[in-house]
Amino acid sequence: MAAEAVQAIGWWGVPLAIIAGTMRGGTPFLFVSLGECLTEKSGKINLGLEGTLLTGAMAAYGTSYLTGSPWLGVLAAGVAGALLGCIHGWLSQQLRVNDVAVGIAMIIFGSGVAFFFGKPFIQPKATQLPTIDLGGWSDTPAIQAALQISPLFLIGLAIAPLMAWFFKSTRWGLFIRAVGDSPEAARAMGVSIFKVRMLSVVAGSFLAGIGGAALSLYYPGLWTERISSGQGLMAVALVIFARWNPIACLWASLLFGGAQAIGPALQSIGIEDGYYLFNAAPYVLTLVIMILTCSPKRTLSGVPGALGTDT
Amino acid sequence: MSNRRFLNLSRRQVVRGLLATTAFGLTAKLGTGCSPSGSGGSSTDSTAEGAKPADGEPLTIGFIYVGPKDDYGYNQAHAEGAKGTAAKFSWVKLVEEANVPETTAVAESMRSMIDIDGAKVLFPTSFGYFDPHILKLAEEFPDVQFFHAGGLYEEGKTPKNVGSYFGYIDEAQYVAGVVAALTSKSGKLGFVGAKPIPQVLRNVNSYALGARSVRPDATTQVVFTGNWAEPIKEAEAANSMADQGIDVITCHVDSPKVVMETAEKRGIYCTGYHADQVALAPEGYLTGAEWDWTNIYSKIAEEVHSGKSLQDGTIEHILRGGLKDGFCKLSAYGPAVSEDTKKAAEAAKAGLIDGSLVIYTGEVKDNKGGVVVKAGESLPQKEPKLEGMNYLVEGVLGSVGG
Amino acid sequence: MSRSQAWRRSLESFVLPFGAILAGLVLFGVFCALVGTNPFGVYASIWKSAFGSASTFQNTLIRAAPLMLSALCTALPARLGLVIIGNEGALVVGGVAAVSAGLAMGLAFPPFVVQIGMAIAGMVAGGIWIGAAGWLRHYRAVNETISSLLLNYVAIALLNHLVGGPMRDPSSLNKPSTYPLAEINMLTSIPGTRVHWGLVYGLVACVIAYFLMQRTTFGFAARTAGGNIRAAKIAGLPVGKLTVVICFLAGSCAGLAGMVEVAAVQGAANESLNVGYGYGGILVAFAARHNPLAAVFMSLLVGGILASGGILQRAHGLPDSTVLIFQGLVFLVVLFSDSLYGRFDFFKEKPVVVAPPSPPPSPGQEPVVLG
Repeated sequence: MAAEAVQAIGWWGVPLAIIAGTMRGGTPFLFVSLGECLTEKSGKINLGLEGTLLTGAMAAYGTSYLTGSPWLGVLAAGVAGALLGCIHGWLSQQLRVNDVAVGIAMIIFGSGVAFFFGKPFIQPKATQLPTIDLGGWSDTPAIQAALQISPLFLIGLAIAPLMAWFFKSTRWGLFIRAVGDSPEAARAMGVSIFKVRMLSVVAGSFLAGIGGAALSLYYPGLWTERISSGQGLMAVALVIFARWNPIACLWASLLFGGAQAIGPALQSIGIEDGYYLFNAAPYVLTLVIMILTCSPKRTLSGVPGALGTDT
Repeated sequence: MSNRRFLNLSRRQVVRGLLATTAFGLTAKLGTGCSPSGSGGSSTDSTAEGAKPADGEPLTIGFIYVGPKDDYGYNQAHAEGAKGTAAKFSWVKLVEEANVPETTAVAESMRSMIDIDGAKVLFPTSFGYFDPHILKLAEEFPDVQFFHAGGLYEEGKTPKNVGSYFGYIDEAQYVAGVVAALTSKSGKLGFVGAKPIPQVLRNVNSYALGARSVRPDATTQVVFTGNWAEPIKEAEAANSMADQGIDVITCHVDSPKVVMETAEKRGIYCTGYHADQVALAPEGYLTGAEWDWTNIYSKIAEEVHSGKSLQDGTIEHILRGGLKDGFCKLSAYGPAVSEDTKKAAEAAKAGLIDGSLVIYTGEVKDNKGGVVVKAGESLPQKEPKLEGMNYLVEGVLGSVGG
Repeated sequence: MSRSQAWRRSLESFVLPFGAILAGLVLFGVFCALVGTNPFGVYASIWKSAFGSASTFQNTLIRAAPLMLSALCTALPARLGLVIIGNEGALVVGGVAAVSAGLAMGLAFPPFVVQIGMAIAGMVAGGIWIGAAGWLRHYRAVNETISSLLLNYVAIALLNHLVGGPMRDPSSLNKPSTYPLAEINMLTSIPGTRVHWGLVYGLVACVIAYFLMQRTTFGFAARTAGGNIRAAKIAGLPVGKLTVVICFLAGSCAGLAGMVEVAAVQGAANESLNVGYGYGGILVAFAARHNPLAAVFMSLLVGGILASGGILQRAHGLPDSTVLIFQGLVFLVVLFSDSLYGRFDFFKEKPVVVAPPSPPPSPGQEPVVLG
């Protein structure tokens, strides 16, 4: 055991925990928020990503356990997410059907599916995704552990700028923005609003499913029914925090991921009081930022114009 | 005109109605066509029931859990106890409900177990079911016996048909603390707790007292995650403890899986809780405090079956016990535990079983310096004071304040 | 002629939701068959455990009671075109405020007065909570869906903090709770039943909400503003005030649900306030197309589903998550059925030359007439 090499790092543990937490805990946020960003850019909200996240986590863990291949698990998570996305994408575009309501029904349905089929996978131990160790230069185990980075995190890191570029510079990106900003204009361009939104929702749910895989196959690396603790819903707030900008989603995910580590890290060095309030910090922060930056006189930069309307 | 349309309408209605009926019939057929396994399943159930040897009257026992039955933790420990009991006695008919919140939902669940399933004995296993839900129902159904995990029975105040049972699993935690302190290199132990409530605090304190009984300078860092199931915060807590040089951790949360696996990943030791978790940490697992509910539930079931009851006082209203009475046990020692450590642990265990060792023997100070057990005083496990514990003992780093 | 037309439309708004519920049941039956359980046995059990007898129906009523009040928190602002999902948070702060009031008044006043005091405290707290989301919406253009969602988490953290620390009764031991309300101040059951008075609160609130929105000038103004904010502004309607007032009323309904939960069920505030009545209420509101009277029936439906959750586990060996799938399926189909209005020729006036009634501009604009 490496116990001899253990050194107490005292106060440094807090920033270290936060940095490590950002990468560990930020990975699922990153995928879910990028998925939600893509969805919202097309003008629909998907609150159901909480259910998608759970289903993805369950599918990834189950597949990895049954086949022994964690990467197959990641793929299964994406596909399972996309299937739920199909339901949401189709249903939320029916006349008079509200996407927020469908999202909440999908949370119930998605978590039901995940829990129902996930029962046999709670006990067994599935093969985890390999990690890339960047901490070899240091002999402090704390730093080594903090720098064990998941390839999923790196993939997410790559997707964020890619998605930004996709929105900005590709034809398809333009279609999505047009559909999200002014469906009328998009219709005039000859774009099928239904198809674009459907594809955006499905692709977004695919990403969110992979976020679930990050939970069950990387950190904390197990399947239980309480694995998500509301991250799917939080991602919706996160996207707004990030102003529908994929790069900002990356920073926001890191921030939210790090925030989860603050409470335990502070306690482990002796700051004890009010951890419930610490736990609420990300929500309060998002709310405060929304209040500070919103104004009735101008619309938010980046907000898809058709978001939250019935068109 | 409107009359004609009306007729016209109803004709259509009839046609549609017919169509709908046919469609429904079809699905009905489809349903039955699809369900041979289902109906087969239920029929085997009934034959199994019928085939049971008739050694006495069947007894319907209801179990209610606050979370899923397979959480690798608290609820699973109870559910396995229920299953074990049902497997032991053919006259036990088990009815179970999982994920029942501590609201009117649990009152309704108990009621329908009594009304619909004919349950005579109920085990609502979550602490929060007690007041007001069980207390209300017990008054309404005086001939049903309610056994509750952890509630406080007060003579004369609590209805006669309510009993309280719980295990002094902190005895097992005390022994685990001995093993942890002797195995640790740094003398720093860690404890991930859900909430600063008496049941958790008692485990933390007994663990720390066990550790200090063999290593007076040992410290136990406690981190509260704030809730019973917070996988990410539990992992963060375990990681930040490892960063602080803590090299043995244990926990009291719903599912210890995260803490055990994180400890193993970080290359430090751990001691388990609720159930045997050696499979999760084959290298670093030292020992663990486990429930043995099958033992307890079988005993209660047998007593009720033989005609004893809470109402006439032939079954004790407050049923408590530790290692001696088989409420809890210790996991087998892991590979990292030395022979000397095992000896010390076995000695502590023997002392707890024969009563020569009392965990809360004065002088015990809390971690703010106040005396909680006076010198010369010794609080036996049965002492009600211990069930209202609201302090952390000396040597524990942390505080009980929310 | 127009009477006949109204009759057909009422039939439509009656047949569609019930058809959808039936379709949801069929889908759930198919699911049960697929996992190897006899769907007809399941239907029989659901019926038996939710509606079958006076006693089991009370089970349904008990579970429906908090949903009615919680649903209004979404249904009222929907008339203004706002999507509020902060029900859970408003319910939680309402419960905490009600307990604070109940403890502060203690035995110094007659129980009836204390109960009113608790109800007012709960309603004001919940009202401020959602009213704030409405205010932010109108005066700072902060999206109300997201802000109310965030406020849920803030409320829950606040609850956990208060019952775990400042407001904790040390004798609540292993389930941190506030000090208990005096027994005499608790809401009792409706005589002859085990259903608490909260059900009546819910029914009355739904009826009042219905008349307020459908039969008063205030409701008319709100619906006008919901249809077209710009037009409403031009017409001189005080849109900002309307928004804040309606959100306040909506929040106060959820706050009242919190008060009922502490004063009729728990006797103290603790984490059991946060068990999903809020999210259930949102779905009830949408499924009822934001009609307060329809919300009563939808609450009963959901109450029935929840009441049958136990028997699915006990009699059919299905896991606890089955009820989530059941609920999810029924809601998805009911939501889908909203898009079917005006799609069936049967419900239209064929021989009439006049164009059929145009579909409403957005959900919840037209009354659902109940049969």
